[in-house]
Amino acid sequence: MPLWTLYGLRQGRVSTRWPASGDDGQSGTLGMPHFDPAKCQEGCRRCAEACLPGAITVTGAAQGTRVAVDYGRCVTCQMCVEVCPTGAFTASGDWAFGARRREDLVWMQAAASKDGAALKGQIHRLFGRSLHVRHVDAGSCNGCESELQALNNPFYNLHRLGVFFTASPRFADLLLVTGPVTYALRGPLLETYEAMPDPKFVMAVGTCAVSGGTNGGGYACGNGLDDFVPVDIYLPGCPPNPAAIIHALLMLLERAPQRVRGGRISAGGDGA
Amino acid sequence: MTVPNLEAVARVDLRHRCKSAVDAGARMQMAYAWFPDGPQDPEVRYVVHAGTREPLQVWRCRPGSHTMPSLATIAPLLSWYEREITDLCGLQFEDQPQPESLVLLPGATMSTPPLLPGANAALSYVPAASTLPEMGGSTRDDVQSLPFGPVRADVLESAQFNFYYIGEAILHYHPQLFFKHRGMEKRFENITPELGAVLAERVSGVGSVAHALAYCRALEAAAGCAVPARAHWLRVLLAELERVYNHLHYLGHLCHTTTLKVGEAEGKYLEELAKQLNCRAVGSRLLRGLVSPGGLRREPQLAGLPEQLEKLRSEFVRYSVMLEASTTHLDRLITTGVLSRKLAFDQGATGPIERASGLDRDLRRDQPYAAYPELPLKVAVREAGDAHARQQLRIAEVDNSIELILELLAKLPGGALSTHCRPSPGSEGLGWSESPRGSLYYAVHIDNAGRLARVKIKSPSFSNWRVFPFTVHDSNMMDYAINEASFGLTIAGCDR
Repeated sequence: MPLWTLYGLRQGRVSTRWPASGDDGQSGTLGMPHFDPAKCQEGCRRCAEACLPGAITVTGAAQGTRVAVDYGRCVTCQMCVEVCPTGAFTASGDWAFGARRREDLVWMQAAASKDGAALKGQIHRLFGRSLHVRHVDAGSCNGCESELQALNNPFYNLHRLGVFFTASPRFADLLLVTGPVTYALRGPLLETYEAMPDPKFVMAVGTCAVSGGTNGGGYACGNGLDDFVPVDIYLPGCPPNPAAIIHALLMLLERAPQRVRGGRISAGGDGA
Repeated sequence: MTVPNLEAVARVDLRHRCKSAVDAGARMQMAYAWFPDGPQDPEVRYVVHAGTREPLQVWRCRPGSHTMPSLATIAPLLSWYEREITDLCGLQFEDQPQPESLVLLPGATMSTPPLLPGANAALSYVPAASTLPEMGGSTRDDVQSLPFGPVRADVLESAQFNFYYIGEAILHYHPQLFFKHRGMEKRFENITPELGAVLAERVSGVGSVAHALAYCRALEAAAGCAVPARAHWLRVLLAELERVYNHLHYLGHLCHTTTLKVGEAEGKYLEELAKQLNCRAVGSRLLRGLVSPGGLRREPQLAGLPEQLEKLRSEFVRYSVMLEASTTHLDRLITTGVLSRKLAFDQGATGPIERASGLDRDLRRDQPYAAYPELPLKVAVREAGDAHARQQLRIAEVDNSIELILELLAKLPGGALSTHCRPSPGSEGLGWSESPRGSLYYAVHIDNAGRLARVKIKSPSFSNWRVFPFTVHDSNMMDYAINEASFGLTIAGCDR
């Protein structure tokens, strides 16, 4: 019989200390593309035509076209980067796209104003060091589950941050939902939400849960969580990587700042 | 050749043809319906595997009405396909032994079948209980029923498992799948062939490469374009990287069910290393965004990859030796969930599941594609058909895949990465790939404007979920989770 304990000890510590310090494990990521409207050509619609989930919309006639980008619909497929003739869309490594308000994911000329800090301190005081999460798959492609399951692997080791997945909604503080919400899972999702004690939070993980993404709509699906339960944190990504999920969880707990405003990532956060 | 050996079979001959094919050792691989000439004139397609290494055949049958003879009593695995066609295309199958709906949940009704051309189907749903076997009324009140799910403990995909049991003994097991049915085949309709690849990657996330590959191969067959050699080779690289991280996850999860804690941690750690390696190479942990019609969209970053894979391999070899020597772990696997060779064949088991039951079948070798014919591919086979054989098979496949990748990287040809691929209006194609979970097929039909008219997806888990319950009836509760993990099923691909 092998000595698994010894084997485990010999492996040493493999957990990252991120976000305090160290490696977030995401080098090489192609994240949400950057957008620079100054480089857009009049009348060009190539990015919008190449965007399957409809994250890019072009309005107006040949003169005075306006391009709008909704990162809440982006699946990071990079098609816009490839078809853009002028470099208005460029590849980036940005993935920390957790936001408290859906509008913060929409690219705007002027960055949105900071949201109110009414809850500040409350959430952190109550849940800051212990958050129990109930996950519900509402019709994902299982990409998000693959990354959520990774949170408990030894590299991310989510327990070190005081965040735990729990079986019963009765013990849960946060409902974490993936998928665009299929007709068959709408009921179980609402029952799970109702079964959770107050105060409770909801996080939409993945572009499907945020907006329906590529898979939402049609005869069997909704267009994300917004139509069914109040959402506290939106985290687009297809799928969001484990570090992005950790960042969004810490953001909920007021242990990390929101980094996206007006569809743009700020390096150090705004401390709101 | 766009669709291999396409042959029209008359409605009256269908049962006879099916019977003689099955008697001669053929396997009916899949069936689907589409409407080339309007909603009144459906056509049903059957993909037939005459022999493991013989070319695929495709039968087409125009019934001239919305009723077809059922073939489920001759080839039982076709039962699920027929029920799906009834749910989504509105065709009825005469003498179907199990006529209740499959894809639509009990209590769900459609205003019109959603895959009818031009249908604007609305779905109404009042949840109802599944139709389950009678267990004998008041005299058998010792039989308990346990509906488990669709929201289950841990981070898992949604499905409901219904157990009928006495104490520890499971009498009957019925998985209620298709909670996650999203109507993916309908979503393909009317989009451009290029964007279809983005959608195919999002049918089953952990099979992104296999789905995109099968889809693109179907399109390339329809367009008749020749993919450059370098793209063929790099597609094999991506497909095998996908197999590696999936199987590492499988082993970690299997250890979770046998409560081998360090084994679980190590398996999932190795999976994480593999995913990080994917990310550095292609920018996506799930290897998305590269495979496209005609080739690949961009060059992967291959610098340092062989060294990282060698390191992963040496850690994996140590790990797998430990697993195969852990008696507490093996005690739970050996003789658990035995799937006989005959059952595996008749009910359509695929991939590692059928290979662990002694069936030597693998699309990479039997219906070769991409660069597999030029590479030293080893196909692992085990005979026992139990959970242990399924573990051994996955271990052997990780070894083989890493070896194949290293060989590939050493001999990678240069040249172009992509070619023009535009299927002409009205064309069609069949594509396939051997995903980490088994055979995956895409049938693609192009409309008169060059857009997608109909896309049929046959995922490996659709096949394996049909087989799995046969290993659960008459087993016991203690083994259930281990048996389920040993199958390594996904639900998103099955439900679509």
